[in-house]
Amino acid sequence: NSGIVCLLRPLLLDVVPSIRQTAALALGRLADYDVELAEAIVKAGILPQLICSLPEENRYYKKAAAFALRGIAKHSLQLAQAVVQCGALEMLVICLEDFDPGVKEGASWALGYVARHNAELSQAVVDAGAVPLLVLCIQEPEIALKRIAASTLSDISKHSPELAQTVVDAGAIAHLAQMILNPDAKLKRQVLSALSQIAKHSVDLAELMVEAEIFPVVLTCLKDSDEYVKKNGATLIREIAKHTPELSQFIVNSGGVAAVIDCIGSCKGTVRLPGIMTLGYVAAHSENLSMAVIVSKGISPLCDCLIEEHEDHIKAAAAWALGQIGRHTAEHARHVAVANVLPTLLDIFVDTRSSEDLKMKASRFVTKKALKNILQRCTYLPALEPLLHEAPHNIMKHVIGQFSKVLPHDSKARRLFVTSGGLKKVQEIKAEPGSLLQEYINTINNCYPEEIVR
Amino acid sequence: YFYIFRAIDEDRKTKYIAALKIQRWFRACRVRAYLRHLSKMATLIQKWWRGYLRRKNFREVVERAYFIRKLKFYNEMAVRIQKMWRGYYVRKYIHNFYALKKYLEAVSVNNELVRSELQEYAEMKENEEKMKDLEKKEKEKKYQARKMHYLLSTEQIPGIYNSPFRKSPDPMELLLRKSKPLTHRKQKTESSFADELYDWPTCKKPPAFVRALPLLPADRQKPQGPFRDPAEVLRQRYKPLEPTLRVRESMNSPPAKAREATGREEWRSPIHDNEFLPFSSYHKKAEKYEPSLCKSGKYGREAYGTKHFREVHPKKWIAERDFETLFSSIVLFEK
Repeated sequence: NSGIVCLLRPLLLDVVPSIRQTAALALGRLADYDVELAEAIVKAGILPQLICSLPEENRYYKKAAAFALRGIAKHSLQLAQAVVQCGALEMLVICLEDFDPGVKEGASWALGYVARHNAELSQAVVDAGAVPLLVLCIQEPEIALKRIAASTLSDISKHSPELAQTVVDAGAIAHLAQMILNPDAKLKRQVLSALSQIAKHSVDLAELMVEAEIFPVVLTCLKDSDEYVKKNGATLIREIAKHTPELSQFIVNSGGVAAVIDCIGSCKGTVRLPGIMTLGYVAAHSENLSMAVIVSKGISPLCDCLIEEHEDHIKAAAAWALGQIGRHTAEHARHVAVANVLPTLLDIFVDTRSSEDLKMKASRFVTKKALKNILQRCTYLPALEPLLHEAPHNIMKHVIGQFSKVLPHDSKARRLFVTSGGLKKVQEIKAEPGSLLQEYINTINNCYPEEIVR
Repeated sequence: YFYIFRAIDEDRKTKYIAALKIQRWFRACRVRAYLRHLSKMATLIQKWWRGYLRRKNFREVVERAYFIRKLKFYNEMAVRIQKMWRGYYVRKYIHNFYALKKYLEAVSVNNELVRSELQEYAEMKENEEKMKDLEKKEKEKKYQARKMHYLLSTEQIPGIYNSPFRKSPDPMELLLRKSKPLTHRKQKTESSFADELYDWPTCKKPPAFVRALPLLPADRQKPQGPFRDPAEVLRQRYKPLEPTLRVRESMNSPPAKAREATGREEWRSPIHDNEFLPFSSYHKKAEKYEPSLCKSGKYGREAYGTKHFREVHPKKWIAERDFETLFSSIVLFEK
């Protein structure tokens, strides 16, 4: 391998331009294919020679050189840093100013791969003055160039709020917002991901997004035929919704919740995840918003997710979202309980108890919290009945607590409780005297005359 | 006698002692009465003094108690008012149940709207897709028909699609009748216009698709005359550009930049003021005035246009005189 690299090096300095081009193209393909080859290229110190004469070369050479740099930078952080250290960024920025769209595409792709790894590398890219040129690239008519420029902007802005602010200051949001209407699916993916990376950092950026009037348009993206467009659209809405209640309110008012719910219903798999989290964030802010989510028929898709999905993190997310919906007041908990979701949650909780995997533990923790939150408000007794029979000890505490709150006041419920065998079950539970559980049991027992208790 | 005296003495002693007792007792009673009296007096004085003090402070005490009772009453009333107000306010503005209900209804209505719009949008997209597919199929069919044009039925022989047992010909037959026969041409390679433009200066041969000059319509009038060989014409037309060294070097290269610097110097401070000295005959020609054709007559300037404005043609007059106008004419235009 190193033999090839040494042989290619003098060809890069040849007089004939097409030999130079082909040598650069060969280097690019080698670097693209394998990490070790890329490292060998970097170690052999070819990079300075590759880029020293870049401004005077013709466009094929520039394209090939940009391709080579991209192939090297994409593998790992150290290689990208090596690329930056030999001063490739200024050359790439010069390439971005070229007229040919192919050259611009190659240069912005290379910049995108460099910026992807790390915040410092992104900062280096921004310092080289790439961002205004990228915003100009987005306005070009060629679709491939737009795609790559959008993905580069998304990679730059994902690391930190300052970088996102730099991208916004260059006026990227207006252009990106216009491009949401473009019919090309891959372009929409990149644009939506760029917008969501910008919006996720702070409230001001999210508000800027909203002011750019993306709102009714983004909802059409949620109905697109391409799965990833839907996913990225849902991610964008999630990033906006999670900051403040006002933004969530705005999303609810513009009908975003309905669109997200439909989107969840129509997809399968990881694509649903951002939509689920959106619902969770919206419901978490206040009880009015969570009531709005319930009214928009949000609970049933979440239940379906819980039941159908096999992936652990999606189940955990659905459980968390349900917990956020149900935890506010008794009404909310009743709506959640009516959907017959509590046994499913319990199953997940009990089911994953035996495994030792870390991810399982996370989902177990989340389900437990969700269950606890819902149960603390739930006064809908028919839903609590089945839990009484199956629940483990720490959940049982909450269930019985709820019974002890409701039963003293409601006579019909008391009758039901006895006939369904709940009282018998309660007697069978052993609790330490003086514990909270014992108090609850005593309260329940006090509601009934002595003979029945016996 | 001793016994009498002793008896009298003892008597006297007992009487003395008794008298002492009585006196002692009496004095003690007196002292006790006096002490009792004293303490009664003291109590009396204290009683009167205390009553006096209390009577002095009585007003204040009563006022204070009254004030406290009033305050408690007012506080109670205030609590009642605040309780009512707070309940009203919260129910009306903060946790307004009806507003919440209306809001949720509005949200659900809006959601329905959004859902229906999105549904329409999705349907529209699907329709577009279907239309595109249909069009593609149509195109395919037409192309096939053009290729298989020879299957068309003639007067003598019915074609495949035009069986005599059918009542009306097959739709394929109709398509065949409509379509023009396809001649097989070599596929044109589509190169983008921009590429061609860029490629032109650096390529060494003419663009690949041009093998011959484009075909002209068959029924036009053929121009007359000897024609050059098409290959020669092509060679001349697509002769590659061989720019001079000066043009070929890029604008950004160091020698060009250096030349730019000297160029600027020269522009700023030229040695000669008139760089191009005039040639004498050129100037003579340039300095002569050529009058405009409208105003110049055969022998110099015409009087018409400056001296007089009206034309007079006596040969055209019917009578001896010109037209007589009703009004007097404008003085300026008279001679």
